[in-house]
Amino acid sequence: MSATTVQFYCLIAPLMAVVLIATLGRVVPKLYETINASVAIVTFLLVLSVYNSMGEAPVARLVLFEPFAGVAIALQAEPLGMLFALMASFLWIVTSIYSYGYMRGHGETNLARFNIFFAIAISSAMGVALAANGFTLFLFYEALTLSTFPLVTHAGTEKAKRAGRIYLFLLLGTSVGFLLFALIWTWKLTGTLDFQAGGVFDSDIGTTTLNALLILYVFGIGKAALMPFHRWLPTAMVAPTPVSALLHAVAVVKAGVFAILKVCVYIFGIDLLGELEIHRYLAYVAAFTIFATAIIALRKDNLKARLAYSTIGQLSYIVLGALVANAAGVVGGGMHMLMHGFGKITLFFGAGAILVAAHKTEISQMRGIGRRMPITMSAFFIGCVAIIGAPPTGGMWSKWNLLLGTVHSSDWLLVAALIVGSLLSAAYLLPIAVRAFYLPDDGGSTKIKEAPVTILIAMMISAGGCVVLFFAPDFAFDLMQMLVH
Amino acid sequence: MLSFHLSALQVVIPLLAAPLCAIFRGPRISWLIALAVGLACAVNSLAILNQVNTSGEIIYALGGWAAPWGIEYRIDSANAFILLIISFIYLVGIFYARDSIKAEVPEHSRCWLYTAWILCFSGLSGITVSGDVFNVFVFLEVSSLSTYILISFGKDRRCLTAALRYLIMGTIAATFYLIGIGFLYALTGTLNMADLAERLPGLASQNTVAVAFGFVVLGLAIKMALFPLHAWLPNAYAYAPNAVTAFLAGTATKAAVYVFMRLAFAIFPDDFFSDLTSTHVIVLAAGIISAILTSAIAIFQDDLKRLFAWSSIGQIGYIAVGLGLASSAGVAASFLHLFNHALMKTAIFMAIGGLFITTGSTTIAALENAGRRMPWTMAAILIGGFSLIGVPFTTGFISKWYLVSAALEQNHWWLAGLILIGSLVTAAYVWKIVEIAYFRKNPDTQIVRQEAPLSLLIPTWVLVTANIYFGIDAQFTGSTATLAATAITGITP
Repeated sequence: MSATTVQFYCLIAPLMAVVLIATLGRVVPKLYETINASVAIVTFLLVLSVYNSMGEAPVARLVLFEPFAGVAIALQAEPLGMLFALMASFLWIVTSIYSYGYMRGHGETNLARFNIFFAIAISSAMGVALAANGFTLFLFYEALTLSTFPLVTHAGTEKAKRAGRIYLFLLLGTSVGFLLFALIWTWKLTGTLDFQAGGVFDSDIGTTTLNALLILYVFGIGKAALMPFHRWLPTAMVAPTPVSALLHAVAVVKAGVFAILKVCVYIFGIDLLGELEIHRYLAYVAAFTIFATAIIALRKDNLKARLAYSTIGQLSYIVLGALVANAAGVVGGGMHMLMHGFGKITLFFGAGAILVAAHKTEISQMRGIGRRMPITMSAFFIGCVAIIGAPPTGGMWSKWNLLLGTVHSSDWLLVAALIVGSLLSAAYLLPIAVRAFYLPDDGGSTKIKEAPVTILIAMMISAGGCVVLFFAPDFAFDLMQMLVH
Repeated sequence: MLSFHLSALQVVIPLLAAPLCAIFRGPRISWLIALAVGLACAVNSLAILNQVNTSGEIIYALGGWAAPWGIEYRIDSANAFILLIISFIYLVGIFYARDSIKAEVPEHSRCWLYTAWILCFSGLSGITVSGDVFNVFVFLEVSSLSTYILISFGKDRRCLTAALRYLIMGTIAATFYLIGIGFLYALTGTLNMADLAERLPGLASQNTVAVAFGFVVLGLAIKMALFPLHAWLPNAYAYAPNAVTAFLAGTATKAAVYVFMRLAFAIFPDDFFSDLTSTHVIVLAAGIISAILTSAIAIFQDDLKRLFAWSSIGQIGYIAVGLGLASSAGVAASFLHLFNHALMKTAIFMAIGGLFITTGSTTIAALENAGRRMPWTMAAILIGGFSLIGVPFTTGFISKWYLVSAALEQNHWWLAGLILIGSLVTAAYVWKIVEIAYFRKNPDTQIVRQEAPLSLLIPTWVLVTANIYFGIDAQFTGSTATLAATAITGITP
């Protein structure tokens, strides 16, 4: 099997879970998570095999369909997409282990529907990661929105419905109104939507047009949650925790920033991007988003809401990295995609564990919870450190490169935003852990009452990942070096 | 030898079959006749398209009388494509009709319904193949009169006023069209399209030509339900029998759009529609206003059939936008959307018919829990709705892509923006349906799985599958639409 065809199997493998759940799962409902976990492992191994073959030679383009002349649905693995695919498929395995304990521990219903749409969402995320051109990226981007909608509204309550409406309106609205527009415009200007090293635009296209296009792209990719199109993410937290963890900390939101990185590197090219005046102002928007969301996060008492605003801010770090338009920024952005993924999924796992074991959602109720749930809260603490970007977690390397990127751009406002943002993230994350370990419990027992064991295993893997990435970030760094050279 | 007569057969077969239904009178035999007509004509239309695309335009003198005296049928890539749409929608529609009609129309009048239906099909085919403007008028009347009859078979008595309203509007439209071609005949002495196209350029500066053009355009605009001349359509669609609505939604307005294209781009002098009279601006404006406004009206409808009838007017708006761009790419986008819209809207109305059979109602309230009670029917409406919005992997997306590209080709970025805003308005009414069907829970009623009969589901899903297939692989539709546009505008995009 050549790596070219394996790319296609990376998309198909998650869909196997759909088939298995609809057939086998119907007979034995207990098998859902086992099916998910085994399919996730297969998917990860497939992605890994593509990654391994990439070291030898670039992977060839695989054209699936050509809907109309010149525009194809095609796949092609490249370093950035590989990093995204590796992360998403690996964390899917962890999430399915987590789901064993969570979905049943929390008494969720309609598990078949839930697992089917979950698998479709992963397949779409793989499509986004491996897309060879803007058209394919757009198709899978929309598929990802639509397949996650039933997951957001899973509870079926009025609140969930409202969240679903905002979710669809903002994500479909920005992607159809701006992104599709920008893609068709690009296609009309250049005759291609292929991702090419160094960008697709000829030198004779006016800067006004290019500035307009960049604005359309950056705001059109609503999944990156740049202000003012960020509202969908906090409301989507009404979904069950595995969704918030894998999709709204990893697959969906990372698909957004991934798309922005792709556009900056392969549609515009870093050099051209640097020449466009507008990139600086868009970077300011990202910087503002980092600052504003951190302030909002400080004031949120609901744990998932605080984490959601933190996610928006951290996504803007990556957008900022892409928009400073230099190699270090892009390297930092790509690496932060990975590091933040591991860190934030740990935090969401923690939030879900507390909900299942202690039935608590508000931070003010979590005094002394660290003594009752030591493993959960230790992992949670490591996740916090990873988000802040301190050693010994991988978050340090990505923040370091991002900082380098802003320093290279010699825009001190951006440097300041990055540093202040990190300090603020310490301010809104660390008190949760401190409160959990050091403050006395208000009554109640201090007996150890941990979350189900599968939840703990999942948390240990993801928190362990944060630490491992501190000592072994090379593979991600090498991939990013391949990208910028 | 038979292949020579293909174009005539398309009209003659249904025209001969219609009286057979009236003679036999049995509901079952009538349906079989109608089905046989559908099969024959569907195959025939494929053969015609194939012949046109391989060996060029078909010119057929009816009864062996050569053109200036006799009636001429002329088929190129443009009308062959329209013919294909009409024939296949008719075939699927008839297949669907058997059980759907059984539930709505009393046994003794079913044969008359099929008679009218076959006649309507014959009229629509005639409009499409004819190369003679007066002959187009004749077939326009054949199809219109039979459509009035078809609508009045509805179960709700209000179908009668709907039919009457359509009759009045339709007659005004036909009269305008007739006045227009009357002027043309007085001026040029011919009714043959090819001859008109030759003689009109020399007379383009005369006011009579402009007046004739105005009458013809206005008449056709009513027939194609172009905003603000759309008033007849919502009630007509809402009260006609479900199977009839499904058929009309896919075909009726399409034939008028085709004649409009033919007149505006092929018969009248080249720049008459665009530069000389600036009619294209009016059509463009009417189209884009319609696309957004009528979609917004659709949001507030309580009846599904009426909702999607308003949505049809909006979709015709998009087709008009393509025409109004007056470019080869724009016309190609319109052709493509004619085909794609026929697929999605017919499937939606068929699914609504399935809903009617099981619940006895087509109101939005009847959709409660439909996502669980009838998952296949609901999924068909959902996919059709996605296609209307223009979601990827459906034909609607391909249509939007072509239309927005055509708009950007002329640097109408504002128009491209408005087209995409129209998509969002569409999303609003589709979403209203989804929320009720999938999320509104009524704890009192127990959910019993109660799917529409297979005889209704199969034709519906044939169209839904086609909708998805042509949304992924649009090579055939895209290239055929482009060929059609080239044939009609004479310019290769």
